[in-house]
Amino acid sequence: MFGYYLELALRSLRRNKVLTALMVLAIALGIGASMTTLTVLHVLSGDPVPGRSSTLYYPQIDPRDMSGYLPGKSQPMYQMSWIDGMNLLRAKRADRQALMTGGLVAVQPHNTMLDPFYEAARFTTADFFPMFGVPFEYGHPWHAADDEAHARVVVISAALDDKLFGGKDSTGKTLRLSGVAFRVVGVLGDWHPNPQFYDLLRKSFGENEGVYVPLSTSQDVGMNHDGSTDCWGNGGSGKNPSHTAPCAWLQFWVQLDTPTRAAAYKTFLVHYSEQQKALGRFQRPPNVRLRDVMQWLDYNRVVPDNVRLQTWLALGFLLVCLVNTVGLMLAKFMRRAPELGVRRALGASKRALFAQLLVESGLVGLAGGTGGLLLALLGLSLVRRQPAEYAPLAHLDPAMLLVTFLLALGASLLAGLLPAWRACQIAPALRLKSN
Amino acid sequence: MQIKPILTALRHHKAGTVLIAVQIALTLAIVCNALFIIHQRVTQLSQPSGLDEAHLIRIQNQWVGKADDKAYGSLMATDLATLRKLPGVADAYATNSVPLSGGGWSMSLRLKADQSAPSAQTAIYFSDDHTLSTLGLKLVAGRNFRADDIRPMSAKEDLLHPAVIIVTRALADKLFPTSRAVGQTVYLANHLSTIIGVVERMQTPWVGMSWGSAASTLVPFRLLTGGTNYVIRTQPGQPDRVRRSAPDALFAQNRMRVIPDQHGVETFRQIRADAYASDRGMAILMGVICVVLLAITAAGIVGLTSFWVGQRRKQIGVRRALGATRGDILSYFLTENLLIGMGGVLLGIALAIGLNLWMVTRFEMQHLSLWYVLAGAVALLLLGQGAVLAPALRASRVSPVEATRSV
Repeated sequence: MFGYYLELALRSLRRNKVLTALMVLAIALGIGASMTTLTVLHVLSGDPVPGRSSTLYYPQIDPRDMSGYLPGKSQPMYQMSWIDGMNLLRAKRADRQALMTGGLVAVQPHNTMLDPFYEAARFTTADFFPMFGVPFEYGHPWHAADDEAHARVVVISAALDDKLFGGKDSTGKTLRLSGVAFRVVGVLGDWHPNPQFYDLLRKSFGENEGVYVPLSTSQDVGMNHDGSTDCWGNGGSGKNPSHTAPCAWLQFWVQLDTPTRAAAYKTFLVHYSEQQKALGRFQRPPNVRLRDVMQWLDYNRVVPDNVRLQTWLALGFLLVCLVNTVGLMLAKFMRRAPELGVRRALGASKRALFAQLLVESGLVGLAGGTGGLLLALLGLSLVRRQPAEYAPLAHLDPAMLLVTFLLALGASLLAGLLPAWRACQIAPALRLKSN
Repeated sequence: MQIKPILTALRHHKAGTVLIAVQIALTLAIVCNALFIIHQRVTQLSQPSGLDEAHLIRIQNQWVGKADDKAYGSLMATDLATLRKLPGVADAYATNSVPLSGGGWSMSLRLKADQSAPSAQTAIYFSDDHTLSTLGLKLVAGRNFRADDIRPMSAKEDLLHPAVIIVTRALADKLFPTSRAVGQTVYLANHLSTIIGVVERMQTPWVGMSWGSAASTLVPFRLLTGGTNYVIRTQPGQPDRVRRSAPDALFAQNRMRVIPDQHGVETFRQIRADAYASDRGMAILMGVICVVLLAITAAGIVGLTSFWVGQRRKQIGVRRALGATRGDILSYFLTENLLIGMGGVLLGIALAIGLNLWMVTRFEMQHLSLWYVLAGAVALLLLGQGAVLAPALRASRVSPVEATRSV
């Protein structure tokens, strides 16, 4: 039966090529635009550390003075000051914890064919690697003892290893950073967390840092801080913030394996704030937050407003295309009223006619979906040529491919429902008479 | 023209009528808002920076190897001397950031030391006595920095307390709406600074900041750090030449530096293009969507009206046989479309305003101006008339003989 309906549908679609083309084009345009923007939205709102994101938390506290404080409304400080970061790190109240900040270091290659260049760096503590599940191609992370010893060790990204050492195992080799010799202890494997949840102020999307150095060592050597610094009170805003200044410029992440542990950690943060207030360091009442990775991304509105706006626009566009297709489909089915009348008179049930018409609209949907897929691929290649940070990430994945066809098929079946129902309501006798 | 028979006829194909009206309404709502977004973005990106953009080049320089503050100071002074001597160069200075570059420094200003909320937020530009002439800023009151105002500042220094500052007119008006700004004092962090000059306009490094695009402060400091921006103003017609010769001259003078391959040497035109790339992209996208939407709506009207004409050939024939002229038939279909269009447009106006109100709450949007809605409504009615013209003309050519065929 389905084969017969298919044949009827194909014949009918071929009969009025312009109308068919118009319907397919409308669906293709609507699907193409929607899938392009939905794919970008899907990529940007993805989980950067799958499997771990619900146990990783970003604690925030509020060490500022009372100036500008609105009880219940003020968000705590975005980043940590050196003193608080160090206090919380040493308290070791979480399953794992790492204190970190961004930097910029001059890399002086051994290979004299290469000019010196600047590379983005992360100054952090040992737990960074196991906590975020960072894979290693060669070697291993440094240990907590290296943090304590201010060891001159470095972990580099696979990309930097390719550039400096031709992708070979470079562990044990020496690398000169900002004029000081470091020993390579590890080379990262394939690790590209996007969005770069751990330091959204540096940049939200794109390549992660090439150089990873112990935080303690980076401060000894006087490496350049590269990131945002927020100061309060009479803190100025020097480029390399001092450790005692009332300035927040570090990110602190903790791993808390169970919700109970997380609740306990939040209580600890409140106690810590109270204790610091009693000591006179803090002035505000305890004002803490403990967001997990996805909550943190959401709070930061990491998906650009432009992308959200474009998605809504594209969905509105799809809606207009659908209404348009409903209208055209209606015209098409009603024009075939005489033929449908004959089939009814010959014994076809309303249900059979309805099924036949839906097969026809489904066929339009499949054709529109294919066209929409091509348009979406074109649209995504245009997005990738945009200068935005997230642009290189805009690729269609299998899940979105499936969504494309389901959306196209669903949309066209929906568009076919009303016209098919209307066409089936026609009394056969009336149609036969008028012929 | 009689409207009543048209309405009666429309009642017979409710579904089609409603569909066209809804499509017109949705199109109007989306197109109005899209055009409004385009207008906003274009307004944004056509703001003047206040700079003599055509002749400016920025070089990002990073020193390699360890050096102390003193060494940075003399390295920068040598570089600036080298650049200023270069043929085709009118002037040059060193700074932390330039307008529209995306990265910079901002601070809050207070009029009184004990004030809880700051009076204004400002971008901080490190400047010297060559800044005004290099950037082509217009001094509208007071004086420029003198060479002896300029002091070095270490990157490790926490406190920034300039004795004298120059502010933009936008900032001066915000701080002192009723009095002259020159000679007044303001608190930058917790230190008092005297305003000695006001420049007409200088945009901040950031696009679309809530506290204003032109609230900038020039401070008389040379920031001693491993990385700096050199800004060069070329003589007319020389930007391309200087773009190539300046980095060569710097490398010839001292090799221990990095000028990044990307964005290392840029004309201000490139900086502007990068700053507004997403705004421009958005405006173009909105424009394309509008055009395609209007085309689809027009195609839908043509399709459905053609079907109606085909369905009613016999009735048209009867009317023609009973004495209706071609013009009567033509105007029948045009009026029918106008009625549907007006219904759609009325619904569309409500939708457009509703959509705008929703976007105001969700996105940084302003309220839609009613002119956009009215212009959009007229445009859609005209589009409908244009789209219906071809099927209506075909209807008017139906011969009265049709009335006699069959039945």
